[in-house]
Amino acid sequence: MSGTMTFYEQIITIGLCVLGTVITRFLPFAVFKESKTPPQFINYIGKYLPSAVFGMLVIYCLKDVSFLSGWHGLPELIAIALTAALHLWRRNMLLSVSAGTISYMLLIHFVF
Amino acid sequence: MKLKALKAAFPHTLPILAGFSFLGLAYGIYMNVSGFSFLYPMLMSVLIFGGSLEFVAVEMLLSPFAPLQVFLMTLLIQTRHLFYGISMLSKLKGLRFKKYYIIFGMCDETFSIIYSVDAPKDVDRGWFMFFVTLLNHFYWVLGSTVGGLVGSLITVNTDGISFVMTAMFVVIFLEQWIKEKNHASAVMGLLSAAVCLCIFGANAFLLPTMAVIILLLAMFQKPIQRTEVQLS
Repeated sequence: MSGTMTFYEQIITIGLCVLGTVITRFLPFAVFKESKTPPQFINYIGKYLPSAVFGMLVIYCLKDVSFLSGWHGLPELIAIALTAALHLWRRNMLLSVSAGTISYMLLIHFVF
Repeated sequence: MKLKALKAAFPHTLPILAGFSFLGLAYGIYMNVSGFSFLYPMLMSVLIFGGSLEFVAVEMLLSPFAPLQVFLMTLLIQTRHLFYGISMLSKLKGLRFKKYYIIFGMCDETFSIIYSVDAPKDVDRGWFMFFVTLLNHFYWVLGSTVGGLVGSLITVNTDGISFVMTAMFVVIFLEQWIKEKNHASAVMGLLSAAVCLCIFGANAFLLPTMAVIILLLAMFQKPIQRTEVQLS
């Protein structure tokens, strides 16, 4: 088993993911009656938060890349550019994700 | 009645079958090469059923135990479900027990089908939505379980397969970017995460980043909403 957690810590971690997800899925049905519209700030957050969250998650994926030493994150940046370019061109998620991942694996294996 | 609803639901889930088998497979393999038994991706896919969070959860399971961060991260990644729920309030009215499973399994893809597609006239709409949810759930669990099982059979060098998560979030980020008129929030997310990463380091930057994002969005609500009115 990898990682630094004990089995029980893993169970709690997964349990919290389940709990948080269930809360976000069931809350509207518990709180809002069908005729009531949600508060304006909630609507605003709902519309704009996802972009910020996915921006954060892109950075999160790169958190262990050392940009100041070694290859300065060059393989990651090249593979991201490739993924993005391919996606803008074809708009096909499966194609962009698989081609991006394979190109990254090839890059760190053969080039860097 | 049920069989008819299942038959009506199936064609609508075909594009999801392709997407979920692929991403689920990648997720299962990623968990496997990270050292987890196939039971982990299988049970997590049954119980969480949210791709983005499940990928992030692998990373969190490999990091030191941080329950508060895990919980807040979950809420932030999954907030969008609040709005799926709000949109579905009237559609799920009067469905009784089926409703609880549909709500439990309402991931992005399931929502987009049951929100936009109406059941054919001679098909029970409750069972139709139920089977769309169940089929999508099944594809995802199947993909990730198979990935978790075959991951260890892969003999080629799997170094770098974790990049599948990066590529996936880059693509989702781009899709959001293309759809939205105002990019302030997207830029805020990227910048606050990058700045917090530099200041707090890889193991401690998530909580401050989440706080900064919420704070910035609250502070700039007026200007952001104003551009929305001008542009539309």
